[in-house]
Amino acid sequence: MSQVINPLRKYTREDKLPHFFCAGCGCGQIFNYFLRAVDELGLDLEKMVTIGGVGCTARIPVYMKTDTLHGIHGRTLAWASGIKLHKPETPIVIFAGDGDLASIGGNHFIHAARRNLDVTVIVANNLNFAMTGGQVAPTTPYDSITMTTPYGSSEPDFDICKLAEAAGATYVSRWTANKPIQATKAIKDALSHKGFSLLEIVSQCPTHFGRYALKTGNPTKVVEWIEENSITLPKAENLTEEEKEGKFILGEFVNKEKPVYGGTTAYEKE
Amino acid sequence: MDTKKKEERVLTGVHFMPGNYANVEGALSAGCDFFAGYPITPANEISERMAKRLPAVGGKFMQGEDELCSIFAVAGASLAGAKAMTATASAGYNYLQEGLEYAYAVEAPCVITDVQRCRGENYASQADVMQMRWGAAGDYEAICLAPSSVQELYDYTIKAFNLAEEFRNPVVIMSETTIALMRERLEIPAEDKLNIINRKYTNLSPKEYKPYAAGEFGVPDFAPMGEGFNTIRSINPHDEIGNIDWDPEVFDKLCKRLTGKISENKDRICETESFYMDDAEVALIAYGSEVRPALDAVEMARNSGMKVGLLKLVTVWPVPEKQIDEIAKQVRAVISVEMNIGKYAAEIERVCAGRCNTHRITKNRGLIHSPEEIFNGIKEVWA
Repeated sequence: MSQVINPLRKYTREDKLPHFFCAGCGCGQIFNYFLRAVDELGLDLEKMVTIGGVGCTARIPVYMKTDTLHGIHGRTLAWASGIKLHKPETPIVIFAGDGDLASIGGNHFIHAARRNLDVTVIVANNLNFAMTGGQVAPTTPYDSITMTTPYGSSEPDFDICKLAEAAGATYVSRWTANKPIQATKAIKDALSHKGFSLLEIVSQCPTHFGRYALKTGNPTKVVEWIEENSITLPKAENLTEEEKEGKFILGEFVNKEKPVYGGTTAYEKE
Repeated sequence: MDTKKKEERVLTGVHFMPGNYANVEGALSAGCDFFAGYPITPANEISERMAKRLPAVGGKFMQGEDELCSIFAVAGASLAGAKAMTATASAGYNYLQEGLEYAYAVEAPCVITDVQRCRGENYASQADVMQMRWGAAGDYEAICLAPSSVQELYDYTIKAFNLAEEFRNPVVIMSETTIALMRERLEIPAEDKLNIINRKYTNLSPKEYKPYAAGEFGVPDFAPMGEGFNTIRSINPHDEIGNIDWDPEVFDKLCKRLTGKISENKDRICETESFYMDDAEVALIAYGSEVRPALDAVEMARNSGMKVGLLKLVTVWPVPEKQIDEIAKQVRAVISVEMNIGKYAAEIERVCAGRCNTHRITKNRGLIHSPEEIFNGIKEVWA
């Protein structure tokens, strides 16, 4: 009997598999959805640049046949700015965790969005700093227990999509790792968008967020918790602000065209 | 303003301009086509002139949201094939260390100007000389050039780009408030008289190419980005293929090649200039703008019958040990001159150890040494 091989495996650096994600982590799903989106769009993955900073999500690009930058926390969009200005035709996709993008890289994030840098950002929001052992992140829900908030987090959390929208991103959407169809479609939309596109995928981290904040290391239970707290955008529109508190609102928030950033140019002005 | 007018990249001719502008012209002559910087005094004239000149010759300028953005944009552009540069001043140089660590690790050629200043103010200083060597985390070898005039800010910037490209290493131009804001004569040669070195690209196919295999001088050949070479540029320890690998043997091999490409090629990198050294019995060693009063002081000493010479360090890092060693064997005393609490002096004393006496003329009070101050120091040593 011959072994069934995932047809998307041709896009991976096979010698680097198996990947290092924990059992039940959403990063493997996001990796899968991304390759599916690339395959369905017929993009040439080998001509792409993918960037990961530091963290679990940042490892996703290391497993793909792309030019890859990796290993500095939070500076993904700064790297991308230099590459994009010098080689505007090169497609760039950034894989960032919530800590990488919204904490240490927060300044680069809002400014790249403001400029409308023509890149795609896929942020896996697992609601904590996972690779370092489960510390509080700017996205951790208020009053959650983490390794650095043993009495509960005393900070309100960031809404990454609202932040992106306010900063000027021209494509913004949010889905969850347990919704393959919608997440894959959103990745395709983000990849096809000209300008700064941001897709947040709320992703389960059973190993840390699950164990400390939800008191379960069972991936299914963590996914169920995310699902229970998720509502689609049309449903959310009928709810009060109080009712929406603590919910993951899923859908497309922004999709518009604006001139993309190309650095200072001397001769394009008439 | 006629924005369609194409500007010249190399402004051949004689000019009278501030050092910061000469720094920019040197970069443009060297082929710089990407610049990112964040406002900071006294380096602003570099960004401002770049913003105007660079796009006009086909390059890209970006004002980052901070120095971190600047240095990582520079690293990104460099890996995408650009000759990239950033400029800052002492406080801003702190922020660059993170990006420098990355550029050293993935061998991204780039040029960084640090216009040294005193804390928060634009007074003269050479206090960052050790940060230029040791500022970033991890093991690496730094290359740092110290111009002493507006002309040298131009000349050494070209040298810096050449060294960056040849060795795939960041190169720091150690500028100072003194020369950066001073106007002087600058002569820019004809374009065909310039010696410009560009990085070596691989001739191999993506299948055969190994992004971290030692080429000439231990430097790996470069591959273009986005063209199927699928290189991982990670700060993590990596093997010749680019696989992240924590095996101690892999780590050791990478570290030895990264540092060896500089430390084993010092003869190609290190440059000094000698003044009145032939019969000198006492030698001053100085770098950067301190070379100017040091040379005046040597001439004052000569006029008073003292056989004193000067070794000027063009390259501050790596330490020109061979040249300093030769002087240590010749003279009875070496005097280190610098504008800080005495930092590089320890390097000079290390090389001279046991062969001649060593002395220091140092100060950090926001002012360059006067020739008289140095002359008085010479007299004490001579006596």
